[in-house]
Amino acid sequence: MDWINLTALWQIVVFGLLAGAGLPALFAVGLKALSMGGRTQTAGAGGPDGDSEPMVGGNPLGIMLASVCFLIVLAAIAGGIYFIVAGS
Amino acid sequence: MNDALLALVVVTALAFDFTNGFHDTGNAMATSIATGALGPRTAVALSGVLNLVGAFLSLSVAATIASGLVDTNLVTLTVVFAGLAGGIIWNLLTWLLGIPSSSSHALIGGVIGATIAAAGGHAIKWQGLVSKVVLPAVLSPIIAILVAATGTYLVYRISRDIKAGARTHGFRIGQIGSASLVSLAHGTNDAQKTMGIITLALIANGTLHSGASAPFWVILSCAIAISLGTYLGGWRVIRTLGKGLVEIESPQGMAAEFSSAAVILLSSHFGYSLSTTHVATGSILGTGIGKKGAEVRWNVAGRMATAWLFTLPAAAITGAAGYGLANVIGGTAGVIVVFVILAAIAGFIYLRSRKTPVSHDNVNAEWTGSVEPAVPVTV
Repeated sequence: MDWINLTALWQIVVFGLLAGAGLPALFAVGLKALSMGGRTQTAGAGGPDGDSEPMVGGNPLGIMLASVCFLIVLAAIAGGIYFIVAGS
Repeated sequence: MNDALLALVVVTALAFDFTNGFHDTGNAMATSIATGALGPRTAVALSGVLNLVGAFLSLSVAATIASGLVDTNLVTLTVVFAGLAGGIIWNLLTWLLGIPSSSSHALIGGVIGATIAAAGGHAIKWQGLVSKVVLPAVLSPIIAILVAATGTYLVYRISRDIKAGARTHGFRIGQIGSASLVSLAHGTNDAQKTMGIITLALIANGTLHSGASAPFWVILSCAIAISLGTYLGGWRVIRTLGKGLVEIESPQGMAAEFSSAAVILLSSHFGYSLSTTHVATGSILGTGIGKKGAEVRWNVAGRMATAWLFTLPAAAITGAAGYGLANVIGGTAGVIVVFVILAAIAGFIYLRSRKTPVSHDNVNAEWTGSVEPAVPVTV
């Protein structure tokens, strides 16, 4: 006859923070890594598009790190869909 | 057994499902529309399709939302009908005012009011009402605010060195993904509520035996109704959520949708069928708090919170009044009279909304203190 399920509450808060705030943060890390420039590139060099400010900076390490971040975010979204289908 | 009455109840339930759809389009898509991640019409089309798919994804909750809240043995077709009527009227009124209130609460309030009018207060499982509906309604927006504010703070902190154009573009892509997930979850959660209500009506009519699950035609028609409603786009509510509450940039939009998706999915995992609207609104408010210097219009938030407080009792009173009237006249005739009145009220609210239309053309117009844009477009 509990009015409030505290176990569920703290789990929703903790996992909510992990997924709901952690994933956007990870996505931001991915974008930042992606935008890292190569060593020869200087700020403002921009590339052929001029002012379009490309998202990809061209640093191979950055691109790899970004891929890992984006893959984790995608996997989490897939997990969310699985959550829905499984009916939890 | 009364098939004419049953047909009327099913039509009303699908009408409610339809209002549920357009009332809640904004939950998933308001931020994407406000930041330009998706064009308004693309956004509602995508959300409509995902709601349709979502409605088929899971059927485990389709039992009924009512079973934990009212004594289902005392529920008759007229009670279900009056409850739906109460929910529809409250949904339409709040839509007219552009207030994102909970469709689930409108439905639950309507059914509870009609049940009290029919069988008295003892037919309500008050503890279930408080622990499954009222407390989650209070807690979920607070959790959503916390999660979204944290996410927004982190996102801005991490991405502050990225060039503005690249950042906006990148987060818009992330936003589309997370908003789609919210649409999917909405289709699953909310379409099932109507499926549950129609199933309840079928059981009350003796068409189905007690404990039966929703027949396929119920699933299909509910999925289509909510999807069409979503596609229509509740532009007034979208405008309030996307422009009125907080001025939103794409990183905030992405943080808000991830927060909404996480809180909704986790809560339904623990068996709380909470309001998508409350969570989405909390998340959007949270992104305003988490970003330094962002303007949060607390008066708009206050108006919303007031409407949330009134949703359950107001829908309950309307549902009770509907039952009272139908009962005084009696039988199928009584239900038909209430149905005609309901249609008249809906028509009146629709006509009123046409005076200051909000559509995909002006949904993003500058916020000037009300949901109705300063210069109304004529379509």
